[in-house]
Amino acid sequence: MTTAALYDQPGPRAIARNQIFGVVSGVAVLALLAWIVYRFYDTGQFDSIKWQQFQYKAVQQELLDGYLTTLKVAGIAAIGALVFGALFAAGRLSDYRLVRAPATFVVELFRAIPLLVLIFFAYYVPLQYGFPFDKMWALVIGLVLYNGSVLAEIFRAGMLAVPYGQSEAGYAVGLRKTQVMTLILLPQAVRAMLPAIVSQLVVLLKDTALGFIINYPELLFVGKQIGGRLVFGLPYVPTYLIVAAIYIATCGLLSLLAYWLQRRLIRGKSQKTAAAPVPITMEPGSIGPTGSSVG
Amino acid sequence: MGEFFHTLTDNSDIFVRAFKTTIELFLIGAIGALILGTLLGAMRVSPIPVLRAVGTTYVQLIRNTPLTLVFALLVFAVPKLGVNLDYFTSAYVALIAYTGAFVCEAVRSGINTVPAGQGEAARALGMTFNQVLGSIVLPQAFRAIVPPLMSIFIALMKNTTIAAGFSVLEAGALQPYLSERSQNQTYVLLWITLFFLLLIVPLIGLQRVLERRWKVAR
Amino acid sequence: MNLRKFAVVAAVATFALGLSACGKEGTPTPSGDSGQTGAATSDACTSSGTTFTPASSVTLTGSPTYDKIKAAKKVVVGVKFDQPNLGYKDASGKRCGFDIEMAQMIASKLGVDPANIEYKEIASANRETAIKGGEIDYYVGTYSITDKRKKDVSFAGPYFIAAQDLLVRKDESAITGSDTLKGKKVCSATGSTPIQRVRDQKLTEDSNIVEFKTYSECVSQLLDKKVDAVTTDDAILKGYAAQNQSQLKVVGKPFIDPKTGKPYPEKYGIGLAHDDKALRDFVNAALESAFSDGTWQKIYDGTLGKSGSPASPPALEKY
Repeated sequence: MTTAALYDQPGPRAIARNQIFGVVSGVAVLALLAWIVYRFYDTGQFDSIKWQQFQYKAVQQELLDGYLTTLKVAGIAAIGALVFGALFAAGRLSDYRLVRAPATFVVELFRAIPLLVLIFFAYYVPLQYGFPFDKMWALVIGLVLYNGSVLAEIFRAGMLAVPYGQSEAGYAVGLRKTQVMTLILLPQAVRAMLPAIVSQLVVLLKDTALGFIINYPELLFVGKQIGGRLVFGLPYVPTYLIVAAIYIATCGLLSLLAYWLQRRLIRGKSQKTAAAPVPITMEPGSIGPTGSSVG
Repeated sequence: MGEFFHTLTDNSDIFVRAFKTTIELFLIGAIGALILGTLLGAMRVSPIPVLRAVGTTYVQLIRNTPLTLVFALLVFAVPKLGVNLDYFTSAYVALIAYTGAFVCEAVRSGINTVPAGQGEAARALGMTFNQVLGSIVLPQAFRAIVPPLMSIFIALMKNTTIAAGFSVLEAGALQPYLSERSQNQTYVLLWITLFFLLLIVPLIGLQRVLERRWKVAR
Repeated sequence: MNLRKFAVVAAVATFALGLSACGKEGTPTPSGDSGQTGAATSDACTSSGTTFTPASSVTLTGSPTYDKIKAAKKVVVGVKFDQPNLGYKDASGKRCGFDIEMAQMIASKLGVDPANIEYKEIASANRETAIKGGEIDYYVGTYSITDKRKKDVSFAGPYFIAAQDLLVRKDESAITGSDTLKGKKVCSATGSTPIQRVRDQKLTEDSNIVEFKTYSECVSQLLDKKVDAVTTDDAILKGYAAQNQSQLKVVGKPFIDPKTGKPYPEKYGIGLAHDDKALRDFVNAALESAFSDGTWQKIYDGTLGKSGSPASPPALEKY
C-alpha cells in the first residue's frame, strides 16, 4: 500500500496544523545544524591551519591513493565474492545431499562470524605459522568469504524466485537439471537479482574500511594518518568530513544504480522475466535466509 | 591440545569481561536502534514534508557511510562539539545511529505490506494519523518487519567488534589485547569465533523459525 | 526524482573538482596564524645529514635473514610513522628520525643502499608477529627490550635508553608524576610497555586506561580533554611537546623503579628473528662501531637531540 493511505487528504485545519508542525521542526533542525557549525567554529575546526594540508598536491595524492586502494580491494573482492557466491549457490541448489550439506554449512558459518574476526584470521594465523599474507589479500579473503556467502544466498533466492512453471516446462521438453538451470532459470534470475547484487557490493565497499585495523592503507587509514599530524593542529574533523563525503558520494552513486536497476526491472517485468525482483538488502550485511524478506 | 584450553582458562576473566561488554553493547544498541528506527520510520511516512526530508536525508547519509567512519566521527569529532562521552557511550551511540537507519527501512517496507484497505477503513472510522499507525498498521506490519529485523540484529551483534578500534574492551579487542600477553593468536581467534557462533547461531535459528511461522503473502 | 538527479550531479561534480587536483607542490608547511595550536614548526622531514654508503663487502654467514636480504637485494624494515624525531613520515612521504636513520645505517652495513629499503608501518601490538612471520627483516621503532619479548624475538642493542614519562596539557597542575594518576584517564598505544606497567602497578583504575593504535590519537584525545595524560617514553613525548609548545608539556618526572631508585629504563633495541644469532652479533658490531666513530652522536644530535636533552651512547647488552 502506498503510505499516502495512512492519512486523509488534509482539510483546512489539518493543513494549518501540518504547516505549523513543519515550520517548528524545520526551525529545530536548522537550529541544530547551526549549533553544530558554531561549535566547530568555536573549537577552531575552521581555522585555516586545519585545512592547509589539503591545498598541497602531496596530500591530495595521499587521499587519492587511499581512495584508489579502497576501490582496488573492493574490485578484487567483488569478483571473488561473485565467483564464491555462484559456486556455493550451485552447491546449495544441488540435488545431492553430500553437496548440499557442506555448502549450506560453509555459507551459514561465514555469515555468522564477524568480518573483523575473519580478517584477523586471514592475517594473523598465516603470520604466526610463518608464511605471511600481504595485508591486501588478508582483507580480500575476509571480504570474499563473508560477502560471497551473502551473495550465495542472493543467487539462490533469485533462482527460487523464478516461477516453478518455467522449470516444469523445461523438464517437460526433456531438458536435464543443469540445462534447465543454465538455459531457463539463470537468465531470468539474473535480471531479478541485479539490484540486490549491486546493493551487496555497496556493503562490500563500505566494509573495506575495516582494513584500518590491520594497518592497510585504504581510505580511512590514510585519513587517520593525515588527521594525526600534530603540526597542522590534529585535523581529524576536517579530514574525516572529507573522507565521509568521498564514501557517501561513491556508495551513493552505486546505490542509485541499484535503485535504477530495480525500477527498470519492475517496468520491464512482464516482458523479460517472470521472476519477481529479489529485495535489496535491508540491513548492513545480509538478507533473510530464504531471501523472501520485505520487498 | 592442552594449550588450546589453557588459552581460555588462563585468561577467562578477560574473555568474560570482553563478551559481557559485547552483549551489553548489543542489547543497548538493539533497543536504541528500535526506538530510533521506529521514530525515523514514522518521520518518513508522516504528512509533514520537513520531517520526511530530514528522515530521508539521515537514512541515505548513514546507509552510504561505513560504520567505522561513524565511530571515528563520534570519538574524534563529537568532543569538539563540547559533548564529552566516554568510550563505551560513544560506541553504543555510534551503533544506534547506524543501525537505526536500517531499522527505519525495515519498518517502512513492513508498513508497505499492509493492504491499503486497512488504512482506508481506519480513516473511514475517523482515526487520526497516530491512531491509524499505532493501532492498525504497525501491529499488522510487525509480522513482515520481524525477519529482516532479525537480520539487522545479527549484523549488529557482529558490528560490535568494530568498537575494538576505539578503545572499548569487547570481543574484537581480545586479539590485540591477548597478543600483548604473548598468547597463541590462532587459539585466541578460535575461541572468539566459537563464542560468537554461540551467540549468533541461536539468533539465526530464531529468525528462520519466525520467518516460517509468519510467512507473509505478498 | 529531481532530488536524486541533483544528488548525482553533485556527487559527480565533487569528484571532478577533486580530481582536477589543483594543488600546491612541495611539502606542506603550516603557515600563518595557527589559532589554537600555538607555535607550529614545520612538518617537513630534515635528516641529520649523515650519509650512509653501503658496505662493498659483507661477511655474514649463517643468517637466514641476511641470505634473504642478499637474494632480494633489498631490506624490509618495520618502522613507526607518527613519532616526530624518531620515526616520522611527513606529508610528502619522506621519512626521517633517529630510528629511521639507525635503520638506514644498519642497512648500509648490510650492503644495501638506503634507497632500497622497503619501510613497513607496524603497530606496537603486532611487532613480534611481524618479525616471527618474516614479514620484516628487522624492526627499528622505539622497540623496548623486555624479557617477555625475548621469548618471541631477539634484540641487538640497546642503541638508546629512554625513560617513561607523562605528557599533559599545559595548564595541568594536578599530575606531577606517576603517583598522581589515580582517578585520571591515561592513554597509550595498544601493546606498549608503558601502558602494561601502568596496568600491572595499578597506577590508575582499570576503567581509566585508554588505548588507541597510535600516539597521535592519544594526543588528540588529550587536547580534547577526554584523557588527562599520555604515557610513553620521554623521547616520543618530547617530540610531540615540541610540535605544540603552547598546549602540551612533558611532566619531566620519569617513572622510578622502587627496587633500584632509578628510572625504569626503556632500552630501545633492534628487533630481530629469535634464532638468528649471526645477524644479532653482526648488528651489535655495527652499533659498536657507530658508537665509537661518532656516527651515532651525529645522528642523535640531528634528530632526537633537537628536542632538548644531550645524550651519549648506551652500553650494549650482547647475548
